[in-house]
Amino acid sequence: MKTLEPILAEHPFFKNLDKRHLELVVGCAANVRFDAGRFVFREGEPADQFYLIRQGKVAIEISPPQGEPIIMQTLSEGEILGWSWLVPPYHWQFDAQAVELTRAITLDGKCLREKCQEDHGLGYELLSRLVPIIGKSMEAARLQLLDVYGDRAPRS
Amino acid sequence: MVPELRRVKRVKRDTFDTFTLMLEGGGVFLPGQFNMLYAFGVGEVPISLSGDPAETGLLHHTIRDVGAVTRALTRLKRGSQVGVRGPFGSAWPIEACRGKDVVLMAGGIGLAPLRPAIYSLLKERDRYGEIVLLYGARTRQDLLYVEEFERWRGKFGVQVRVTVDSAGRGWKGNVGVVTTLLPRVRFEPAHALTMICGPEVMMRFSILELKSLGMEDSNIYVTLERNMKCAVGFCGHCQFGPAFICKDGPVFSFERVRSIFGVREL
Amino acid sequence: MGQGMEQRLTIEASGLDGLFAVLEERGFTVVGPTVREGAIVYDRLASPADLPRGITDEQDGGVYRLKKRDDDALFGYVVGPQSWKRFLDPPVKRLWRAERDGSDFRIVPEEVPREAFAFLGVRSCEIHAMEIQDRVYIDGEFKDPGYEARRRSALIIAVQCTVAGGTCFCVSMNTGPKSESGFDLALIEVVDTERHVFVIEAGSPRGREILEALETRPSEASELAEAENRIADAAARMGRTFDAEGVHDLLTQNLEHPRWAEVAGRCLSCANCTMVCPTCFCSTVEDVTDVSGDHAERWQKQDSCFTMDFSQLHGGIVRSSTRSRYRQWLTHKLATWIDQFGVSGCTGCGRCITWCPVAIDLTEEVAAIRANPPDAVEPHRRGKP
Repeated sequence: MKTLEPILAEHPFFKNLDKRHLELVVGCAANVRFDAGRFVFREGEPADQFYLIRQGKVAIEISPPQGEPIIMQTLSEGEILGWSWLVPPYHWQFDAQAVELTRAITLDGKCLREKCQEDHGLGYELLSRLVPIIGKSMEAARLQLLDVYGDRAPRS
Repeated sequence: MVPELRRVKRVKRDTFDTFTLMLEGGGVFLPGQFNMLYAFGVGEVPISLSGDPAETGLLHHTIRDVGAVTRALTRLKRGSQVGVRGPFGSAWPIEACRGKDVVLMAGGIGLAPLRPAIYSLLKERDRYGEIVLLYGARTRQDLLYVEEFERWRGKFGVQVRVTVDSAGRGWKGNVGVVTTLLPRVRFEPAHALTMICGPEVMMRFSILELKSLGMEDSNIYVTLERNMKCAVGFCGHCQFGPAFICKDGPVFSFERVRSIFGVREL
Repeated sequence: MGQGMEQRLTIEASGLDGLFAVLEERGFTVVGPTVREGAIVYDRLASPADLPRGITDEQDGGVYRLKKRDDDALFGYVVGPQSWKRFLDPPVKRLWRAERDGSDFRIVPEEVPREAFAFLGVRSCEIHAMEIQDRVYIDGEFKDPGYEARRRSALIIAVQCTVAGGTCFCVSMNTGPKSESGFDLALIEVVDTERHVFVIEAGSPRGREILEALETRPSEASELAEAENRIADAAARMGRTFDAEGVHDLLTQNLEHPRWAEVAGRCLSCANCTMVCPTCFCSTVEDVTDVSGDHAERWQKQDSCFTMDFSQLHGGIVRSSTRSRYRQWLTHKLATWIDQFGVSGCTGCGRCITWCPVAIDLTEEVAAIRANPPDAVEPHRRGKP
């Protein structure tokens, strides 16, 4: 069977990760595919994976108390989907649905958590790659909260 | 100081709250410039020219209904008269784009003042490298000029990417802030010129992102907006530090306004 | 204008009647200082009898009162709450009218004013103020035709300051107390127990022509010496001083200085300082219609950067705090004005200090900012969302 190592090594998220760590990661990786409309994960489910999107588009959705679900963010090729696998209690906070046919590599979060526990070097590498992504998505969420294009009413 | 009267040739509804007034009589203007439009008895309001500068027959103004004057302008029909003063203000640096990749970042109604720049660039498409349009809006219902995107993409190879702040399930496009589109397009930051038009906060975070990609301040252009009454530097309302937005702007090199760009309540 | 050393001539104080007659003959409306409601204001004058005789003004931060002098001086005070801008650029004026005509309408422009003013008693700081406003309304790409017509036709009869006010600092701003140019005629009042005369000189061909029509005699050496003494005395008695050195960079580099918040705690945002300032030019417009809706007019009105809706945008108010509005006013007046028009917007006349109800003194505010070292943080760094 062909290993996922070359694909992972090329992905921006794992760029420059040393070979030893990459091998540890490959052991937790698998190819997945989601047809348009399929959920990658649902709010409340255990968050035991994360995804490196290779192709396609995934929508992060939240369901307001009333009405239809709202898409808060979309993720595409080269981007990372999901970080709840790192944050106790390891449950997804949102729905993730494939907007179009999406191919991704899934990484077993549980397996990675264990490996990080054993090898703090790997833990550091993963966190230093994930934290900027988490930070950016939080900044973006705040800006969306500002409703900058809205101007519906003067803000006080 | 006294408006010239023009007749409305056509009114095109762009979105639920935005429409384009096309005025007879035409006139010469530069991409980025604006006119003061007067609605009888109600008042005047600055509106960017949003049409093709090479189309001299009609003057396009894309207007969002947000106040008393713009509300009055929504009532105009074919044949109605409107007072016009202008064009006023500085222009997008089309000449400086020669030989460069060009990135246009628009937020909301900010696409309107950028459209004349797009038309001008496409007129001599082979003078420029990549042309990228990144467009962020509130929802899909707020998107302007969607019908033109396919032509810009297909005929001229413009990389048009659109994103909205939130969407329902029917939306197949991107959701997120406009800067999330930057990694998804091809251009060389070191050899590119960027024109940004949108709310100040959107321009601020866009600039941070562009600079982190290696863009020089001198290759980033922004537009600014302030209250404006006279458009000729007499009324004092549109001051932004040393600049009068009506005369020195609305288009500024970021290099020029950098030191005061983030100052609150300036 | 400003031909340097003209031959100095003298007219008797009683000869001012002759001056009024000559001005009226030439079609000028004479405007000058007169007393109204406890203040010296500028208004149309019928004769020299309308001038404030034997009166002076006591001025300090938030203080203005008229007092009797022990002589009959006609110009023995400094500047009051008004300035000549109220005549050159009226605070309320119609810009044009629009008339409905079926489903169409037409616009009727306002006619360019014909009235020519003779401004009598213009102080050096006020000539500088006019020249500063000229840069706004005449010298740029766009011209205000009404202002231009009034300014070009106005005859400037300067009076050299022989007293200094409690809030004056023209010496610090290099705008006085002596007018060196920019006038058609200049008078220096010399009054004591023996005499009441004016040393008079012309600063332009128009002024010379008028001077020739007056009853004059060559000035006596003692009159000239006394005139110069009195100006020097005024220069030495400025009520305030202001260190203008590097003030542009000082203010533009200290936009986040704590002093702005401190002064905002006292400032009432009443706009008095902008109303009395001889160079403040901000205006707004109002569109009005009559009951029938067939006649519309556009009016221009004096405005102030201290009002809340001055910076109103569809998304909200840009300068919603007093801190930001005071900062806008002061940095514009003393710093960004230089970027815009090549000169400071301040003439050192002191009106904004005198007429501030809580005695905010810009010379003191700038000194306070200067006393603390500039903020090292670059302003744009704070903009990070």
